[in-house]
Amino acid sequence: MAQVETSRAPIAAPGERAQVRVRAPGEPRRVAYLYLAPAFFFYLLFAFGPLVYTTWLSFFDWDGLTVGTWIGLDNYEEVLSDPDIRASFVHSFVLIFFYAVVPVVFGLLLASLIAHSRVRGVTFYRAVLFLPQTIATVVVAIAWTWIYAPDGPLNEALDAVGLDSVSRGWLGDFTWALPALGLVGTWVMFGLCLVLFLAGIQKIPQSLYEAARVDGAGRVREFFAVTLPGLRGELAVALTLTTILALRTFDLIYVATLGGPGTSTTVPSVLVYQNAFSNSRVGLAASIAVVLTALIFVVAFAITRLVDRDPAR
Amino acid sequence: MTVPRHEKLLSYAVLGVFCVLVIYPVLSILLLAFHQRSDLVTGFSIPDSLDFSTFKAAWEEGGFNRGLLNSFIVASTVTVVTAVLSTLAGYAFGAMRFRGSDALFYLLLLGLIFPYEATVIPLYYVFRDVGLTDSLWALILPQIGLSVPFGTFWMRAFFRSTPSSLVEASRLDGASSFVTLWRVLLPQAWPAITTMLVLVFMWTWNEFLLALVMIQSDDLRTAPLGLALFAGANRGSLDITLVAAAAVLVALPVMIVYVFLQRSFIRGMFAGAVKE
Repeated sequence: MAQVETSRAPIAAPGERAQVRVRAPGEPRRVAYLYLAPAFFFYLLFAFGPLVYTTWLSFFDWDGLTVGTWIGLDNYEEVLSDPDIRASFVHSFVLIFFYAVVPVVFGLLLASLIAHSRVRGVTFYRAVLFLPQTIATVVVAIAWTWIYAPDGPLNEALDAVGLDSVSRGWLGDFTWALPALGLVGTWVMFGLCLVLFLAGIQKIPQSLYEAARVDGAGRVREFFAVTLPGLRGELAVALTLTTILALRTFDLIYVATLGGPGTSTTVPSVLVYQNAFSNSRVGLAASIAVVLTALIFVVAFAITRLVDRDPAR
Repeated sequence: MTVPRHEKLLSYAVLGVFCVLVIYPVLSILLLAFHQRSDLVTGFSIPDSLDFSTFKAAWEEGGFNRGLLNSFIVASTVTVVTAVLSTLAGYAFGAMRFRGSDALFYLLLLGLIFPYEATVIPLYYVFRDVGLTDSLWALILPQIGLSVPFGTFWMRAFFRSTPSSLVEASRLDGASSFVTLWRVLLPQAWPAITTMLVLVFMWTWNEFLLALVMIQSDDLRTAPLGLALFAGANRGSLDITLVAAAAVLVALPVMIVYVFLQRSFIRGMFAGAVKE
């Protein structure tokens, strides 16, 4: 991110009109379309086109084999009224809490706690904390299924400290399965947020902290007056990334619980998969996918607006 | 400004605790893989000896040689094609001016956000009609389509960061746009391209939903799909050591790349989230 940010800073030569936005060099050129064509061919045919087609399908009642029937907004009505589908979106919001809110809040607190200690070996810590991002979610799901298993490490640890009464098969429990999966998300996202905030704090001018100290600000005031405003950009990136990934969650649920026990951990993407490819309700699946995608767009744009990254622009 | 000693110690303690929390699940699955079923592992347990027999069993029973090969074919094809397409498109967006460049760029940026859930339904039914399901093409083509937005976004940022005087000078020398790209810009682009290659490879390697939907034949499974089905099949028999060994095999290739290129990984991951 740092690289992108700096690359966009305008370097105005003397006498040149200072521009807020860097313009691509050169005169208008038609040949540009030739360079774009192959990329757009694949993007439009295999990504954007299908997205439009999904929206079209969402207005049909279709079993995937016979001819579909146009039913207008009926599928969307079902999305809004069906308790199981609504519950799946509620589960998504629970996951957002664990994927986005918890890592961002703890990441902020810890980053501001350790930012000015000039610890050594930052590269090492960064690499370790970032590790979960690189592991296939299927593998993550298997590792945590084992940790939460009835005879797994978590229960063994609980038994060892005399909390036998608490131990259980966590992913088989109607109340605890969803928070347990949420904590896996926290595990994956926390390091990313901490690393991002630590990098951001390094860029806040030391003079701001000294000024705050001269004004007699304590650690708490300093945090709200200097650190938090200085991290707006990083905050937006972290929130957007983690929230989108929370809404997209599929692999983890599919491998760890398949939405169970009962429907206690279903999320929209699992319902999309089940309705489109097992229950022959392709139109309904498409409408769930559209609502999910719309939600992702709204969240992404809202966060970018709320935490405007560059007040100068 | 000097830092009080206790504050420094606290920082190390905090970082240390979180590193342990990150490492523990990874380590536990690794340790599990070195056990055998007969060890009846419960909880955290360190194996007596370095025994690779469980890996061997997982490799043979799960057919992971085939799965890893398929994943490698898919991931490397997607990565190479995406890199070429994105470099060309990023060059156009970053170093040229043309009508509609903003609109086209925003259209492409949408692709950074929307998930496979939004495209997989029509992709499956159209591919089925043209006979492309249950082939590696059904994995390769859509993943190129959804990787190109990030690649183009990334390469555009790189081309914007190169001094425009380089491009101008090359043009004054009468070089065509392609020669400018090939001779002047590409030699400097390798760090940016490496980051892109690494990330696209990782994302493609780890992709699961698309393979789950598109692939039916056993011998076309990708590694994560094979692993998920293998774990499902072993759920009843409870041979967790075998599943753990398989999980290690699937995660290993990306881990190895990560160890060597972690800077590229981290820099790119953050950029992937940046939207204008």
